[in-house]
Amino acid sequence: MATVIVITSGKGGVGKTTTSAAISTGLALCGYKTVVIDFDVGLRNLDLIMGCERRVVYDFVNVIKQESNLRQSLIKDKRVDNLFILPASQTRDKDILDIEGVGRVIDELSESFDYIICDSPAGIERGAFMAMYFADEAVVVTNPEVSSVRDSDRILGLLASKTRRAEQGGKPIKEHLLLTRYDPLRVDKGEMLSVEDVKDILAIPLLGVIPESKAVLQASNAGTPIILEGDSDAGQAYDDAVSRLLGEERMHRFLEVEKKGFFSKFRLFRS
Amino acid sequence: MRFLDYFRSNRKTSASVAKERLQIIVARERTTRNGPDYLPMMQEELLLVVRKYIQVENDAVKIQLEQEGNCEVLELNITLPESAAAS
Ligand SMILES: Nc1ncnc2c1ncn2[C@@H]1O[C@H](COP(=O)(O)OP(=O)(O)OP(=O)(O)O)[C@@H](O)[C@H]1O
Ligand SMILES: [Mg+2]
Repeated sequence: MATVIVITSGKGGVGKTTTSAAISTGLALCGYKTVVIDFDVGLRNLDLIMGCERRVVYDFVNVIKQESNLRQSLIKDKRVDNLFILPASQTRDKDILDIEGVGRVIDELSESFDYIICDSPAGIERGAFMAMYFADEAVVVTNPEVSSVRDSDRILGLLASKTRRAEQGGKPIKEHLLLTRYDPLRVDKGEMLSVEDVKDILAIPLLGVIPESKAVLQASNAGTPIILEGDSDAGQAYDDAVSRLLGEERMHRFLEVEKKGFFSKFRLFRS
Repeated sequence: MRFLDYFRSNRKTSASVAKERLQIIVARERTTRNGPDYLPMMQEELLLVVRKYIQVENDAVKIQLEQEGNCEVLELNITLPESAAAS
């Protein structure tokens, strides 16, 4: 039985696809057979971030409509074993997704995968509902910014009421807060909400804090999930987050302003 | 110098303003969240009705659906401004 994890946020452009690519790659690197599904039908992007856009033949909607089978449609990652991508359709509409169809695909994937990562579209419409409906766990991607935090709170409300687990009255979905695009310097200056502020408001366990990082754009230019850039701060922060997802305890890093500048100046002074 | 310090320690940072605003709006949205879909709309309309007669704040009308045994209770709270009570 696979664990289904939705990567969701409400607000657009906060880093869901970046996170989906990083977390799925990280889980696969740890040896878990992982598939990442792009639920952003009509606006597919995960394929670009994963660097497999030229290998897309069939997509998620083809599988739902039974126009292709899973074996034909899953793209096997070339860098990481155990990692597969199910791209979104570029030509159709989000409304084409339906609970029965999505449920059938998730059930079939569940038989052979350990983790199913669902990259949700923005908003609170059909696509976002479909992405969260079958989830066992949810990673709520939030930026330290008022509208993103408010939307995350709304999404938490929906996770608790409009999902399969909520409807069947079973164990509630396990919620994780992932704060991304965090800038410690601006937090220090009082210009940006701090981790503690956001934790106070949303009141769910913190999975990780991903710093604002130039490396993210560079990785997306190349089609490399950021977690594979092991030298980058954001890549390391995602690596920590994946370990925490798997139950390991890790210190939170990149929350303080780096003091490197001071020391290098000091060294210059001495020489 | 002390004059400046006074301002510095009392001026709210923009992040703390953001946090306060968020705490208020999130608390308000949570009260109607688990109720039926019509609750937020009903709350808005009730506010309009109250305002026909009394000038009240944006968040003066609060409604909440509560479960008491096998009874559902719709609780309606209207906060009147102080001057309205006097007149
Ligand atoms: N930690 C980060 N540091 C810097 N830039 C980032 C970071 N995370 C994401 N970004 C940038 O933010 C933009 C949006 O990211 P992404 O596409 O992952 O968001 P999304 O939530 O999936 O968007 P959408 O709602 O449109 O699906 C991208 O340009 C990405 O490079
Ligand atoms: Mg996206």
